[in-house]
Amino acid sequence: MTAFFALIRKDLILFLSDRRALVISLALPIVIAAFFGSLFGGTAKTSAIDVALVQQDTSEIGNRIAAGLKADPNLHITPLALAEAEKAVRKGDQKVAIVLPAGFGEAAGAALFGGGRKPSIPLLYDPSQPAVLAMVKGMLTQQVMSVVSAEMFGGKMGQAMTERSLHQLDEQAKTDPDSRALRDMLASVQKYQALPAKDGAAAGPSKGLSMPFTTADQQLSSGIAEQGYNAYAHAFAGMGVQFILFMGIDMGIGILLARRSGVWNRLLAAPVSLTQVLLARAASGAIIAFALLCVVFAVAVFGFGVHIASLPGFIGMALCFGVLTASLGLVIAAFGKTPEAARKIAMFAILVMVMLGGAWMPSFLFPQWMQTLTMAVPTRWAIDGLDAITWRGMDAVAAAPAMGVQLGFALVFGLLAVWKFKRA
Amino acid sequence: MPSVLLSVTNLVKNYGTRRAVDGVSFRVLAGQTLGLLGPNGAGKSTIVGMLCGLLAPDGGDIVLGGERVTPGAAAVKRKIGVVPQDLALYDDLSALENLKLFGALYGLRGKLLMERVDKVLGQVNLADRARDKPATFSGGMKRRLNIAAALMHDPQLLILDEPTVGVDPQSRNAIFDTLEALQAQGKALIYTSHYMEEVERLADHIVIIDHGKVLADESPASLHSRLAAQAALRVELAEPAHAALLDGLRSQRGVTSINADGGALDIGLAQAADALPVMGWLQQAGCRPLHFATARTSLEDIFLNLTGRTLRD
Repeated sequence: MTAFFALIRKDLILFLSDRRALVISLALPIVIAAFFGSLFGGTAKTSAIDVALVQQDTSEIGNRIAAGLKADPNLHITPLALAEAEKAVRKGDQKVAIVLPAGFGEAAGAALFGGGRKPSIPLLYDPSQPAVLAMVKGMLTQQVMSVVSAEMFGGKMGQAMTERSLHQLDEQAKTDPDSRALRDMLASVQKYQALPAKDGAAAGPSKGLSMPFTTADQQLSSGIAEQGYNAYAHAFAGMGVQFILFMGIDMGIGILLARRSGVWNRLLAAPVSLTQVLLARAASGAIIAFALLCVVFAVAVFGFGVHIASLPGFIGMALCFGVLTASLGLVIAAFGKTPEAARKIAMFAILVMVMLGGAWMPSFLFPQWMQTLTMAVPTRWAIDGLDAITWRGMDAVAAAPAMGVQLGFALVFGLLAVWKFKRA
Repeated sequence: MPSVLLSVTNLVKNYGTRRAVDGVSFRVLAGQTLGLLGPNGAGKSTIVGMLCGLLAPDGGDIVLGGERVTPGAAAVKRKIGVVPQDLALYDDLSALENLKLFGALYGLRGKLLMERVDKVLGQVNLADRARDKPATFSGGMKRRLNIAAALMHDPQLLILDEPTVGVDPQSRNAIFDTLEALQAQGKALIYTSHYMEEVERLADHIVIIDHGKVLADESPASLHSRLAAQAALRVELAEPAHAALLDGLRSQRGVTSINADGGALDIGLAQAADALPVMGWLQQAGCRPLHFATARTSLEDIFLNLTGRTLRD
């Protein structure tokens, strides 16, 4: 055991004395994860959509629609002139611009009761934001329906419009008996408009039409509802996995360099077996990977508000990922012909693995077929497992399948490496 | 009579269809230094690989101190120290950490480990550089540390595979001093090289290998006696040597061979004492020597004689 521990100790000293390896394995994942985390929303629950408003209709209805849009917490409204709004959308400074054309309020009121042409609201949008356009359309529809119907049922403009419409319908009823029904409905509306405000209620515009339901939003992704999705949690998992696997490449290349330099022969000339030397290298690699993941997540927890729901789960995941990394390093060393060629091939393979594993973009954004296919990639399990015990708020038992699959891959990689080393 | 420490019998190693080592046999006595000579590709490194237990032979036996040497034989490996041809050191570990590691691989630890570190650092004159990394060492210092690493477990047999490659003359002498000190302590050494002068200086027994076979297995004196010429006389004449002069020279007592290149003559002599009469005869024959020198025949000549090619071919 003296030899075994001496080999592990040697690898730890060598790693700590290699500043480049430390920077790549530790500083880079933290910096890049911080960047990606903030890019994908950080810890904020939702962010308001940037929308420009070109208000050409200064009628009561136009003003109330503008006020309603500005009051919506999901929108960040910037009033602009038409030319400015067009320029801002083209540059990508605003995702959507709403143009409320002059006379919109009156035309919309007339259209509500079927007597007039429907006015159009031009929506200018950034072609890269079709999803945002749909959201803005929905919120605008709600505002317009609410304000226009309120005005029609209770406002001065509505009363005048009702009076005018009744007059028109009276004329139409002489030749079109079907319009009588609409006339009767409008007569009822006129009676409603004439009612005084209720006791104690402040006089003011009617509330108008509104959504006949509300939603009760409840986060079920996390054990701690107040925590919610934290984009940093996924970013630190993804970048931690990626850069620690890069360390695994360095570990494999280190063995290839040792074989080239003669150090490997000196080790094997000693009374230690090849399996012992490989196991010691795997153990030191796993320890380094485990420690790196712990440090990366310590920064994530204390610097970026990432919550680890299950400490035993995290330790288990980090240990299993460490073993997976070490076994991957051994495979690189076993099958690599030269350090230079092995580094290039391994780098490519790792980048593909982390991409498919969801390190760059969460796997839940993948198409369904790709989500199924990438289950065969070990990094997918590593990242999903870390997601499970961080922002999804699950416990060690829930992460156990991810741990088991990683250990399975590690076993296969390790056996392949030993087999190849013994054949060499 | 010293006992036999290492016995190599009919050793065979194949790489695919190529036979790299073909029935090699030799012995090393306790305290003896064996020079293993051969050109590049002769099979020296393959033999060393099998002696160290790195390669399994396809045939034959290696027995050290009564135990067979095989890749899995841990106990017998403790009796062997290996100085590889390459610098087998960790450049980013200090000299001290390198030695601690290689000592620990042989089971040393604690106080004994540190005592051995101090001792071998002293043996190779690197005690004052213990905490420095080999990356900061000169080529000679790295070579000495390479030897020190092999001495950590105090082996009975030290195998040195071309330990002076790329070393300046001063460092080479320092390495020789270290090796001669080990000889004085009674250590057995196997020294492979294609530098004749190194082997001649250190070895008291020489095995010459070529194409995987043993061509000679003798003491240096015995090898020298194989040659008709024991000394060489090189003379540079003012005029090119003509045929009649060369015929006359061949008939002189003690002359065993002549190689003429214009005015330059390489004359093989039965013994060094024959040089003076030959010089006298040349003068009487009207030759004007511009320069002359005598030398002892070398292992290079012996190798040339045995194989028809030089060691550096």
